[in-house]
Amino acid sequence: MQIYLPIAEVSVNAFLLLGLGGLVGILSGMFGVGGGFLMTPLLFFIGIPPAVAVATEANQIVASSFSGLLAHLKRKTVDFRMGTVLLIGGLVGAAIGVQVFAALRAVGQVDLLVRLCYVVFLGIIGALMFVESLNAIRRMGKPGAAPKRKKHNWIHALPGKMKFRTSGLYISVIPPLIVGLLVGVLAAIMGVGGGFIMVPAMIYLLGMPTKVVVGTSLFQIIFVTGFTTLMHATTNYTVDMALAVLLLVGGVVGAQIGTRIGVRLKAEQLRILLALIVLGVCGKLAFDLLVQPNELYSLGAAGGH
Amino acid sequence: MLRWIAILLLFPWAAQSETVVAGLSQNRVSITANFDGSEILIFGAVKREAPDGLDLPIDVIIAVEGPSEPVMVRRKEKWFGIWVNRDAVEVDSAPSFYKVATTGRFDEVLSETEDLRHNVSIERAIRRVDAPQGIMDAERFTEALIRIRKRERVYQERPYTVILSERTLFRSSVALPANLTEGNYKVRIFLTREGNVIDAHETKIYVRKVGLERFLYNLSREQPLLYGIMSLAIAIAAGWLASAVFRYVRS
Repeated sequence: MQIYLPIAEVSVNAFLLLGLGGLVGILSGMFGVGGGFLMTPLLFFIGIPPAVAVATEANQIVASSFSGLLAHLKRKTVDFRMGTVLLIGGLVGAAIGVQVFAALRAVGQVDLLVRLCYVVFLGIIGALMFVESLNAIRRMGKPGAAPKRKKHNWIHALPGKMKFRTSGLYISVIPPLIVGLLVGVLAAIMGVGGGFIMVPAMIYLLGMPTKVVVGTSLFQIIFVTGFTTLMHATTNYTVDMALAVLLLVGGVVGAQIGTRIGVRLKAEQLRILLALIVLGVCGKLAFDLLVQPNELYSLGAAGGH
Repeated sequence: MLRWIAILLLFPWAAQSETVVAGLSQNRVSITANFDGSEILIFGAVKREAPDGLDLPIDVIIAVEGPSEPVMVRRKEKWFGIWVNRDAVEVDSAPSFYKVATTGRFDEVLSETEDLRHNVSIERAIRRVDAPQGIMDAERFTEALIRIRKRERVYQERPYTVILSERTLFRSSVALPANLTEGNYKVRIFLTREGNVIDAHETKIYVRKVGLERFLYNLSREQPLLYGIMSLAIAIAAGWLASAVFRYVRS
């Protein structure tokens, strides 16, 4: 069944969109990430204009994160105080990101920036996660060799300390603000919630306990992506509601299936799988940047729009 | 079509010796949510004051043109090892859709001078005023535009697709793709002999989004904030619903 998307002005198969939503939903249910980093390139691939894909994807993440947050609220695994600090940084970052996006769109480099961001961040995160989970699996073979955790580093020397009771932390507000800001910029430019950057940053940089990380990350992602959606809707007019709804429905169903699959797998196996997927997407995008394209020319809307 | 012939026979105008009259199977196309393209039949007849007795062959050209807008054509270049958009040329006006159907080979049914006068070929339908400084090969950019749009099948030259019978009646059909932009589509019909235009006729097809498509598009442009809030509300509601259904299924 073909459906005409009012903002993207393309006609696509509705079942294809439901399927994509479902597929990414399964992965996000399994790994606890928004899945935007997978969905946005997939949308480019089926011919949705990049600007529309990025803006609409932000809207879809609001839905999946909200659904996930409700589950975490019940388990009381959300650090609101930390979430709010991250959020303040995130909103400033998102505002900057949307402006950068609009400016680059006018010069025609938005495509490049989005792709570069993807390659760099997917590459770094994928590689780190892969090595880390490989080590974790190796350690399991040797009992007694518990992982050593650094108690103090340069982060603890910064001023402006604050108590985060749910996380059991007493640290400066500067690192979470910066982490929030960076993720906010990326969320706006890449059309992702930033969960795949936020989660490792919270664990490894801020030293938050793993059980509160996902819920807290979801809490602030909702606001950042919600804000991003509004900014894109008002400055670039690129949010396609019909597209968002189709992706949502698929994503929500997929997430349920994914959560069930996730329960049956070990944490390290899950992380290795996710790392491989992330590296795969990264490799494909890097390949496209490095290899001479078949068509050197591309068409875009003329400036001043 | 018979009606047209009847009209022709009843009202012999006293203008040119040969004129063209034409009609469309529909002059309105509504883009609904499940719009997946449309086929329009273009038909007509050559009207003659009196039998011309010359018996010279005539040709018909039908050009369907979508709304024009400026297009930025960019070229990738290798830069520090990666392929990046470098040079860009703005094409001042390029139709979003252009199909030209003819009774014979294009260069045989229309001479170059007549093409210059009436802007019929794809190359002539695109207008580029000047190239930015420092770009010497600006025509490569217009060629690329045509090449890309031909590949996407929104620009097409279709020789031998206008069927002309008895040097009087002609018909052709044009397929409008699913990825159609809104606007007024211009349909031009030329009657030619030995490459010269004898008569021309112009009409329009009105392509409009309707219903939900219209509503969403207008809302996104006129009330962007409200539209954004609505999108968020839908997302939040869907998220809540999913979690509620999930809980219900589990319990």
